[in-house]
Amino acid sequence: MSNKLKILVPVKRVIDFAIKPRINKAGTGVDTKGVKFSMNPFCDIALEESLRLKEANKGLVEKIHAVSIGPTKAQDILRTALAKGADSTTLVDVGDEEVEPLAVAKLLQKVVEKEQSNLVILGKQAIDDDSNQTGQILAGLLNWPQATFASKVEVEGDNVKVTREVDGGSDTLSAKLPMIITTDLRLNEPRYASLPNIMKAKKKPLEKLKASDLGIELSKRLKTLKLEEPASREAGIKVDSVDELVAKLKEAKAI
Amino acid sequence: MLRSFVSKRFFSSTRASLDTLAFVESAQSKITPTSLSAINAASKIGEPITVIVAGSEGEAIKDEAAKIPGINKVLVAKGTQYDHYLSEELSPLFKDVIQSSNFTHFFTPASAVGKSVLPRLGALLDVQPLSDIIKIESKDTFVRPIYAGNALATVQSSDKIILASVRGSAFPPVELGAEAVPIEEVAATTESNNRTEFVSEQLITSERPDLGSASKVVSGGRGLKNKETFDGLIEPLAAKLNAAVGASRAAVDSGFCDNSLQVGQTGKIVAPELYVAVGVSGAIQHLAGMKDSKTIVAINKDPEAPIFNVADIGLVADLNEAVPELTGKL
Repeated sequence: MSNKLKILVPVKRVIDFAIKPRINKAGTGVDTKGVKFSMNPFCDIALEESLRLKEANKGLVEKIHAVSIGPTKAQDILRTALAKGADSTTLVDVGDEEVEPLAVAKLLQKVVEKEQSNLVILGKQAIDDDSNQTGQILAGLLNWPQATFASKVEVEGDNVKVTREVDGGSDTLSAKLPMIITTDLRLNEPRYASLPNIMKAKKKPLEKLKASDLGIELSKRLKTLKLEEPASREAGIKVDSVDELVAKLKEAKAI
Repeated sequence: MLRSFVSKRFFSSTRASLDTLAFVESAQSKITPTSLSAINAASKIGEPITVIVAGSEGEAIKDEAAKIPGINKVLVAKGTQYDHYLSEELSPLFKDVIQSSNFTHFFTPASAVGKSVLPRLGALLDVQPLSDIIKIESKDTFVRPIYAGNALATVQSSDKIILASVRGSAFPPVELGAEAVPIEEVAATTESNNRTEFVSEQLITSERPDLGSASKVVSGGRGLKNKETFDGLIEPLAAKLNAAVGASRAAVDSGFCDNSLQVGQTGKIVAPELYVAVGVSGAIQHLAGMKDSKTIVAINKDPEAPIFNVADIGLVADLNEAVPELTGKL
């Protein structure tokens, strides 16, 4: 192939998937005090895929660069990425304010240019804002091909074949590098970082930037007026037999 | 000269009255139910609606699309480049149509296609899209779930063009009428420079209703243990109820059924009249996909399973005995 892969993997720090978030009293956001944060699971899959591409194809991948746009604490996520095998990282410190996908994509576009990336692998969505947008916006900004919801990625020279999870089954797309891929759950099973690698990661590069260093102004297009708990369901009943279940279903006119 | 060119290509004569554009998607030459849900959402803006269909699928459904109630016009983007709904082709088309006719709102269903194309369009228009809206408060204010449906955010957009994908289960699909509105052709004025090719698709065929729009869903989880039990217990019950088949992530990951049947935060979001969860524990991510169902039934041998916290009717029992008995008694 003409170019080696320079993969960029954006990773987001989010409230751990197993934790049920609580809305704060003011109804303006979610309580984060004392709450466990982790790497967004889909980002973890994106990182794993780039590591596997590197391991399975000798000489194919020149570098894997992870980037996070978030608070200072997001560097913990980048250390995890380094411990798993990323070569280098950038933290774009934007403080505690949530940055919208459009702004994230604009920042990523700058990082792509800076790192001369030719493949960006992102998670399909962050489990906090559930937007499912950033990869597609970045692809649009760069006018690169996009393959969303990937469940299989095959690189052959400059050609990348991606099988995607779509409504009703799957489909397969083929595109030329440079391109954008967003990952679905089924793509792979992310690895754990070993203790020696966690120690080694402390010596790997972690560059720290501000949004202004990349020439991007963080303006918000969406204003969150309020956050509410969804209506809670009425407590249900337990039945002791299938007959009783059928009777209750008939009573509820559900069958 | 230029004006006549523009009016032929688009529709400058009626420009002032146009406002909302909605993408109508089809699958196997039929309008998808979630597209008709998106039209319902679009109608809540209260402005005239134009719908756009594209590619060979669009050609196939344009006459049907013309019978969607409450719309003014159907735009047809001909051309095989729009087949398979590649975002690289659709987004410049939508951009051209929106800008040349000054549409202020654009809606897509929150389907795999809608989710892929809408943000890319956002990039081309420099707009921050709204994903998966479940309520329309006003022309610029919408409600959407975040954190796997554990919070509902009311958000106001300051963008001049509103781009939104609509959660199908939150708006009933509109029903096709008898009157047909005019159909016009449109074409993109800019080259897409697309470098993505469609290779193939592997669609799952089933006699069961479509999961996303079914009024009843029977869903299986890890408790079914293997594919044989899944097929042997879930299918007959679903057949008896004329229900769609769904599954938890655990069931899909273990190979009990196809990925496209996954219900949850990252799979399908459903809100049927009846949801029967069999051997499903009820993790946050699964509940995100079904907790707006009208009646939830849970069959699980673990009385502590979180699914019982949302179930209207719960039966603590061995599913291997309870499910065949239930199927037999319906």
